[in-house]
Order: sequence, then structure tokens, then C-alpha cells
Amino acid sequence: MLWPALLVSLKTASVSIAVTFFIGLFAARWVTGMRQRGLKTLVDCVFTLPLVLPPTVVGFFLLFIFGVNRPVGRFFVDFFSYKIAFSWSATVLAAVVVSFPLMYRAARGALELVDPDLVHAARTLGIPEGRIFWRVRFPTALPGVAAGAVLAFARGMGEFGATAMIAGNIAGRTRTLPLAVYSAVAAGDERAARDCVIVIVIVSFVALGLLNFFLAREKHAPRRTRR
Amino acid sequence: MTLEVRIEKRPGRSFHLGVDFSHNGGVLGMLGPSGCGKSMTLKCIAGIETPDRGRIVLNGRVLYDSDAGINLRPQQRRVGYLFQNYALFPRMTVAENIAIGVHGDDRTKRDAVARWLDRLHLSGLERRMPDQLSGGQQQRVALARMLAAEPEIVLMDEPFSALDAHLREEMQLLVLETVRDCGDVIIVSHSRDEIFKLSDSCLVLSDGSILGRGETRELFRRPGKLQVAKLTGCKNFSRAERMGGKRVRAIDWGLDLETESEPGVAINHVGIRAHDFTVVPDDEPDAPNQVRVAVRERSEDPFEWTVLFGSPAAPDDGESRLWWKYSKYMGINAIPKRLRLPPEALLLLED
Repeated sequence: MLWPALLVSLKTASVSIAVTFFIGLFAARWVTGMRQRGLKTLVDCVFTLPLVLPPTVVGFFLLFIFGVNRPVGRFFVDFFSYKIAFSWSATVLAAVVVSFPLMYRAARGALELVDPDLVHAARTLGIPEGRIFWRVRFPTALPGVAAGAVLAFARGMGEFGATAMIAGNIAGRTRTLPLAVYSAVAAGDERAARDCVIVIVIVSFVALGLLNFFLAREKHAPRRTRR
Repeated sequence: MTLEVRIEKRPGRSFHLGVDFSHNGGVLGMLGPSGCGKSMTLKCIAGIETPDRGRIVLNGRVLYDSDAGINLRPQQRRVGYLFQNYALFPRMTVAENIAIGVHGDDRTKRDAVARWLDRLHLSGLERRMPDQLSGGQQQRVALARMLAAEPEIVLMDEPFSALDAHLREEMQLLVLETVRDCGDVIIVSHSRDEIFKLSDSCLVLSDGSILGRGETRELFRRPGKLQVAKLTGCKNFSRAERMGGKRVRAIDWGLDLETESEPGVAINHVGIRAHDFTVVPDDEPDAPNQVRVAVRERSEDPFEWTVLFGSPAAPDDGESRLWWKYSKYMGINAIPKRLRLPPEALLLLED
């Protein structure tokens, strides 16, 4: 029970963090560059919503969009003959949606802390906007961004509710560690449950260690200078 | 080399920036208290801020024109900007910081970096990160980075205010010498010493508008306006009445004074810089433009004394005290009984 579930979990968490990292980063870049206050607040709320909604509600929304008889799900079935719901990719989908707000918020916070004069200086030096982002803003914000990525990874790894609803609990395919714990307890297999729990605790512990490491680095990172 | 600026901006309800000036080469100083709009003006020229309306033209190139709908991005303006806090890119080495603004292939960049490192005495530091540099070194890197991008004009926003006093003078000389070779400069400062020392011509700003302009030394000698005199460091002022001919009555001081030239109709204040009093020998008879010195306070600086004395009109009024500063090397051993206000040193001012 443990090993297949661990494998599914690691695969899901690795793929989803790669996706979440970039989506979260670009979403943060987009929102920090927005001028209109009202729209900015609205977009920010929408992007943060999956963090505060119960995972089952997120799962409900995902089923509503990606279910076989729903527009997007139908489209994938018709054009790619691919069923998203209850496939492995659905575990990734659930993990991405649920972990996205953590990545987005951390990246946004870190980007906003970058001294605006760095960007101004880069512009007066003639550096194009894209290059300013990758060479100046992103590296300066990196410790905060990395901390967000660690949190997002851990959240993706621990995802349960939305995954259960959109991906189900299919052993060896969509059964991640948290689902395995649930299944083992439901089946009265306390030993298997215990093994899974130990692995989850270890992974979470390592993640927290990394998180603290990055946050400690962020403290030393250059900040907005006081005026 | 010419820069024409005519801009207006109202960033908040209480502040309105409206400046109109041109710069025809050399170093232009902008003097004013913090919040007077001098930094905002620089930022509008560089394209970091956008004015509400107006026009900015650099060497015939329109950078901004609200009527024509032109607003070049900072990247297209070729305006160098030296930030008060240097704004070095923290995750790049010194060499990378300098290279990033250079146009051209890797070889051009390498050559430019080597040339600027050498020029600003930074050789050997190319692999350091900005946080491993001293303040003076950081400023030199910022300067190298700015000049390596080959701007047509250089804007400096309070460039020396973050430096320790002993480094400041050294850097002022180095920076100015380097920048003058590379083109025109506008330097913004709240320090009159800095503006006097570094600029050829100068603008005095207060509350978003230009109060005085002119050749720097001339403007310090004849500020014309009360506010300008204050901002250029004059300490002693009195309300004044014209008495006909070359005479004014300094009301707050209780003195009738002779002036060098006949005061204009608008003159309603008179001022004298703290250093401009001259000593009247004790045995000299009463002559015009003298004031009795009743010392209230005395303080010592490394190279000069500051004496505060009561004005004849209100000897005990703390507000109307007069300031006299004199060098320790002038051979004045005892404070004289009387000081003279030389007619040529009197500033005739209007409100």
C-alpha cells in the first residue's frame, strides 16, 4: 500500500510544483504590475480563493468544469479522447489549483518587496522589461519565491479533499499518500496507515526545514531602502 | 546639448509641480528643501514618473509631449539616473552590474567593463557583490554602470547624501570630473554647499515651483527673493522700508542702512549672510551700517565660531537674533563691540 501511494504522491507533487511555480510566478508578476486598484483587489481575491475554500468545494468546482459531461472535460474527450476526471492528471490538476495560492501570494509578496528603484534604474539603463524581470526582480525576490514554492510543494503533497473528488481513490493511479492513509484506516489496516503517516511527517518536516532556510535567507536579502 | 523641460504634475491634492526651464550644457544644480519637487522633476525627465502635461525635449528629441501624445519609455530616453541609494542589482557582481546596460556583443561588454573599472579605480572588485562594497565603492559602481550605458544627459538625485562626510568631498570631485567628461548633468540637492561647489547654473525650487534661477555664483550673491536667500543659506533677515536713495530701514533690526545700489520698488526685506559682517575697530568713530554686538550665545565649530547677538530693535527677542560666523584663522581674539554690515554685502530682497 505504501510504495505505490508514495510513488503517485511524489510524481503528482513534482509535476504540480513545476506547473504551480510558473503559473504562480507569472500571476504574481501580472498582479504586481496592475494599475487599477479595484481590479487588482478582485483578481487577488480570486487567486487566493482556493486557499480558503474547503478542498471539497474546490473539488466540486473542478468536477463542474472538468467532469466528462462538462464543457472543458467534454472538449478533452472529443478532441483528444482524453478523460481528465479520475485519471492521474486529475491529481495534478487538484494539487495545482490548491497549492497555487500559496505560490502566488509568496511570489507577489517577494516581488513587491523588491526596491522599486532597482526597476527604475534598470529601465533608465535601457534594459527591456522581460530581462528586468528575469535578471533583476526575480533574482532579488528569489528567497521569498523559493519559500512559496516549498509551501506549495508541501501543500500539493498533502492534498486530499479536491483530489478525492476529481481524481478518486484508485490504487496505483490516483491514490496519493493522504488518500492511502484514509483508505488504510477505513479498512482497519493500522500498520499501513502508520507507515504512510511516518513518510508524510518526514516529508513535511524536510519541507519545513527548507522553508526556514529560505526565509532566513530572505531576511538578509536586500530590501526596500528606507527613505 | 540642450534639454528643455516644461511640465506640470499634481500627484496629490496639496502639491502642484510646475517647472519650466532649459539646460544648455554644463552642470545644472537644483536646490530646494525636501518635498519641493526636485526629485519628481528628475523622475519625469527620466520617464520614471509621468507628468500630467507639458513637454520634454532632449537634444531635439521629444521625450514627452502631452499635446502630441508622445511619452517615450525610460529605455528609449538615453537619460542616465544616479540614485541616492545607488540601486545596484544585489544579485549581480560588480562586473555584471556594469555590463548589463552596455549595448553590444560580449566582447564590447567586456571591454566596457574593463575600461570603467579602471577609470573609477574599481579594478580587482569585479567579482564582488554589492553588499561586499563600501559606500564609496558602491557609488562608483553605480556611476560606472550609468555611464557605461552611454546616456546623453546624467541626472543625479542627492548623490552624496548617503556618504560619510570624509568620503563625500572625495567623491564629489571624482564624480563631477568623470561625469563632466561624459556630457551634461543635472544635480539635485538640499545642500547649498553642494550646489554652490558643483554647479555652473542653478534653479531654486520651493513648493513645486522655481523661485530663482541663474548662474550659480551670481544667484548666491544676489538671490533677489527672500525664499531664495533663505534656501541659499542666508541666516539674517529683517523686514525693510525704502528710505529714498541708497538707504533702507531694517525694521526688525532697528537699523538704518546704506545700500550699494538704490533698492527697487518691490524690495521689502533686507538680509546679510552670517559670514559677511566685518569687524569695526574699537577706536573707529560711529559710522553708517554698524550694529552693537550684545552676545547671547557662542558656539564652536572645528574651523569657525558662531556668535548670536541680539538685534538693537529687540535685544532679548530670541527670534530676531543675528548670526555672525567667522573663521578661527581671521585673527579675531576678542568679540568686537560693533560689527559693520558692508553695503555691498546687503541682500535686497522681495517677498
